[in-house]
Amino acid sequence: MMRLNDLIGAPPGLSRRALALRLCAIGAVLAGTAGTFAYAGGWLTPGALTPARLIDRFEAVNGPHPGFRRNHAKGLCVTGEFAASGAGARLSKASLFAAGRVTPVEGRVALAGGQPYAADAEATVRSLALRFRLPDGEEWRTAMNDIPVFPVGTPEAFYEQLRAARPDPATGKPDPERMHAFLAAHPESAKAAALIKARTITAGFSEDTYRSLNAFRFVATDGHATPVRFAYIPERDAAPQAGATAASADTNFLFGEFAATLRREPVRWHLVVTIGRPGDATDDATIPWPAERETVDAGTLTLTGAAPEAPGDCRDINFDPLVLPDGIAPSDDPLLSARSAAYSQSFTRRSGEAKTPSAVTGASLHGAAL
Amino acid sequence: MAVLILAMLLIGVAMVTSLSHYHALVSLHRPLGAAILVLALLRLAYRRRHAPPPLPADLPAWQKRAAHASHVALYGLMLALPLVGWGMLSAACYPVALAGPLVLPPILPGSPMLYAALRVLHTVLAYALFGIVLAHLGAALLHGLIRRDGVFTSMASWRAGTGRG
Repeated sequence: MMRLNDLIGAPPGLSRRALALRLCAIGAVLAGTAGTFAYAGGWLTPGALTPARLIDRFEAVNGPHPGFRRNHAKGLCVTGEFAASGAGARLSKASLFAAGRVTPVEGRVALAGGQPYAADAEATVRSLALRFRLPDGEEWRTAMNDIPVFPVGTPEAFYEQLRAARPDPATGKPDPERMHAFLAAHPESAKAAALIKARTITAGFSEDTYRSLNAFRFVATDGHATPVRFAYIPERDAAPQAGATAASADTNFLFGEFAATLRREPVRWHLVVTIGRPGDATDDATIPWPAERETVDAGTLTLTGAAPEAPGDCRDINFDPLVLPDGIAPSDDPLLSARSAAYSQSFTRRSGEAKTPSAVTGASLHGAAL
Repeated sequence: MAVLILAMLLIGVAMVTSLSHYHALVSLHRPLGAAILVLALLRLAYRRRHAPPPLPADLPAWQKRAAHASHVALYGLMLALPLVGWGMLSAACYPVALAGPLVLPPILPGSPMLYAALRVLHTVLAYALFGIVLAHLGAALLHGLIRRDGVFTSMASWRAGTGRG
């Protein structure tokens, strides 16, 4: 006790009891602060779903593929521009919607799934991710899919669905029992799965429609916020599976055909913004909005070039759907924040890993063009 | 400032494990980090002109050294953490959005490996800062509750003084 007194410099008049009490009080403050930190960091709730656990599950389902995205692993970089029609400016003050404004765009088309070398298949969900660079340093990043609704409504359901859809090592296919049990527990996913299955599967990336799936809010100059969903609708006819199967001996036929198309001519989509009405689901991406909702054609996306993923291009960009310019805001959809967190986790992991060339290489693109 | 830093550390450690609050916390983390960087610079400038009150003469030499070292570490980390955060977002090619249309320019070229290294460094420095904040808090309480040598009040009033400055 004497040594302790010397160490902390307690005055001689202080009784042992008073000293012990005060030391306890200090200990309690420190323990409380450390405990709050531990609680905030999730150490006291080890079972909670975190971004790390979500990405761990992707890795468990797909196996290790260092350097690649944990989902939508196989992709091709694209470049182009967005020309605003001006019609979007009444909904959003984001400068890219001003009439006549042309914004450079880089992006990535990809196939869903965490297998970077999987063979292209027509039924695999296709995605389009875009990065708009506004003059003042702001950006709009968006990652869209060619399905009408998202198969799950919450990150927790997504986590469960990943396990249910995991291929059985014996058969190479998901265990139907597990999927059945998942859909029974999630009727909203069963309805969404039926809509997704019934979609038109087009010949390739050029003829496809890519949807935001999650709702956002467009904020106008006067502060008025409009709930929206948006889609990139192709100018080309959405010809279903026009003979693409003939080329399917090439494992990169979808990407090869798209790159070849872009070498021949630009490919255009219209950014069609659907305006939500009161009562339309903004917090549940499994529920479609009624087809008669008002839409606004905000402008034309023209893609002009494609290149295999390489250092410094779309490979190293995280298409986080919540990188938004002033004038576009998140909705109350819980998937949006979860996507942002999970993409960030995947991006951080792959950033620090050695990179392997993509399956969609220059050789495979030229081969497909012949 | 102490409250800001503690809040910042809690937001930081909470956001990396949160799915539903991730975006809200990140949106708070960036402008708060920029504010701490500016305040730390102002505070350093103030300190150069207004020396803090001397420590009590009867304080053991090792405790004086520890107090001095902890101050150097506190200032170093107050400046380093926001700068590493800014640099790591630059290396990741993220726009460093603060509020509304306000975006900070990048301070490093885009590089995934550099981002990954700075991301780890950001975490390590944040834990170090939390450790030093805890030690600092413990020492302050020791001075205030047990030694009663005026150091605690000088720390508290000094903070209020910088707040006004």
